[in-house]
Amino acid sequence: MNSDGINDAPKMSWWNRLAHPGQFLIWTRPLVWPLVALTAALFAIGLWFAFFNSPADYQMGDTVRIMYVHVPTAWLSQFVYGTMAVSALGTLVWRHPMADVSMKAAAPLGAVFTALALFTGSMWGRPTWGTFWEWDGRMTSTLILLFLYLGLVALWRAFDDQLRAARVIAIFTLVGAVNVPIIKFSVDWWSTLHQPASVFTAEGPKMPGSLLTPLFVMFFAFTFLFITLQLVSMHTEVRRRRVMTLERKLARGDAA
Amino acid sequence: MSGFLAVLRRDLRLALSGGGEMLTLVLFFIIVGAITPFAVGPDRALLARIAPGVIWIAAFLAMLLGLDRLLRPDRDDGTLALYRRADAPLAAVLFAKVIAHWLTSALPLILAAPFLALILGMDMEAFWRTLLSLLLGTPALAAFGTFGAAITVAVRRGGLLAPILIAPLCVPVLIFGVGAIAPLGGPDQASAALLLLAALSLMATALSPFAAALAIDWGEE
Amino acid sequence: MTQRQVYPQILVKAEGLAIGHGETVLARNLSLSVGGGSGLLLRGPNGAGKSTLLLTLAGLLPALAGRVALEGSDAEDGPALHHCGHKNAVRPRLSVIETLAFWAALNGTTGLVPQAALERVGLGRMARLDAGYLSAGQQRRLVLARLLVSRRPVWLLDEPSAALDAQGHALLAALVDEHLAAGGLAIIATHDQTGFENLSTLTLDRAA
Repeated sequence: MNSDGINDAPKMSWWNRLAHPGQFLIWTRPLVWPLVALTAALFAIGLWFAFFNSPADYQMGDTVRIMYVHVPTAWLSQFVYGTMAVSALGTLVWRHPMADVSMKAAAPLGAVFTALALFTGSMWGRPTWGTFWEWDGRMTSTLILLFLYLGLVALWRAFDDQLRAARVIAIFTLVGAVNVPIIKFSVDWWSTLHQPASVFTAEGPKMPGSLLTPLFVMFFAFTFLFITLQLVSMHTEVRRRRVMTLERKLARGDAA
Repeated sequence: MSGFLAVLRRDLRLALSGGGEMLTLVLFFIIVGAITPFAVGPDRALLARIAPGVIWIAAFLAMLLGLDRLLRPDRDDGTLALYRRADAPLAAVLFAKVIAHWLTSALPLILAAPFLALILGMDMEAFWRTLLSLLLGTPALAAFGTFGAAITVAVRRGGLLAPILIAPLCVPVLIFGVGAIAPLGGPDQASAALLLLAALSLMATALSPFAAALAIDWGEE
Repeated sequence: MTQRQVYPQILVKAEGLAIGHGETVLARNLSLSVGGGSGLLLRGPNGAGKSTLLLTLAGLLPALAGRVALEGSDAEDGPALHHCGHKNAVRPRLSVIETLAFWAALNGTTGLVPQAALERVGLGRMARLDAGYLSAGQQRRLVLARLLVSRRPVWLLDEPSAALDAQGHALLAALVDEHLAAGGLAIIATHDQTGFENLSTLTLDRAA
């Protein structure tokens, strides 16, 4: 902290900060369509396996196929938060403008994937546990994660100045990242306390290979879906900011 | 150090010098607790069983309610800018804020808790455990709350945002707070919960002033 | 306080400074250098960036480009500057003297005792009054008293004469004179030059 109250200018000059996103667009634009094609292909293969080339579970029947959506989205609900936390570090440590954009793009995606994981979880829970919602450790902590995502989305929307927003939200994202394991631990502690005999024994480690192949493919399909969507929404955000900057310049030019 | 004490003294002075905000908060706390029987029915056994949870939820809500008054008035009248150029580091000022927040919005609730315990029909032992868990857990709520207020202070319409952001972070406090009172897993679990609660409070009060100071420094720029 | 050269040699310097909020740039390529014992008036139309420049110099806003340096102050002694913005930081329900004592404790009790500072700015008889009942001009005087209770060599004053009466103007000019005589420096954004005729001036134009 510079206690004399006079601060050094940021390492990167302001035009450098603005020029950077343009480079990002140029570098990553060629990646978009290949990523879309790869994601589509993975989904085609994965869904074909999931629907036609994998057996129904002897216990759960066809409902086991929900797993091919549920497990990848549940994984993404955590992976996206990881992406945001890394971006938050990029914002705070290197003050990299693309880290800001990445953080902002990931929040609604994370919320959607988490909501999807919860939705498919409860769809799956109905035939398996006999109830849409069970206060089991995993579902509860996923629900809390969803609240965190929604809070972050609301926070992004509340700020007018996006540069300022990025740094404040980065701090909150990291504090959240520190807290997520604590929340997870406390929720597990709480759920074992309340239900000594866990209902969650359905998916054991002994999963036959015929179920694993589609799961594996769908896992990659969803991960690449996230990467594609993340990239596209980052592009959109960069363009949106550029439009806003131009509009503001225009407004000032008229006023002067 | 003098800056720390000055902020603490000023906040306490402002809270005590009328406006009745502290009394309103206590009233809110009691009303939330007193309204529960209307919602779940006057079954004494049931009420006694859920009383610890009700008291904790009432305290949780009451503490979230006061968040918007924590830093926003200081920002609006320019005092926050003074804090940033004070002799004491901003984190020290915010540490004073956490303590002042606890003294003005958690301590009154704890003092009012016996009344709720009485009308909800808690027995003596559960009551003492509730008091202890509130004493150990509310500092964490105050610390998280100050952090939330610092995050949203730069947002013009941030009134309801801080509670929404902070609530998920406070889940462990609630879990261990209530876990320390109602020993579903036996006395061992209860004392483990009490220790975890204390650890959570210590960690949160120690770290949140720094995180809040960063948020204010970067958010106000 | 009548002694000359109370403060160490000090210099506020800015080179190639660009100021503004976020992506909005208000002024570019500002350079200034103000030494102890001298003052600088910032002038310019509304929206030219006078307040923003003061905030940037105070370190409350980041510089968009260039750098600001405060030479000759020991960082160990805490912040070396007072920044008085548009807001008075006066809170109702605290008395005038309580408010001032709070500021003194916050910024370091290195100057006058609060009561003496109140006498100096002409609020001596209102010490016990609720600060919320002060008029706009009286609140501004109270802010001037803040400059006196903690000695800091750099004064950054944003429209200090707003709402002040003729006497208040004279008081402000006298305080600034005393401060400069003691080796301090002052940078003042103002539309009203009365009493500051001998200070140098920096005029900001509205950025095109």
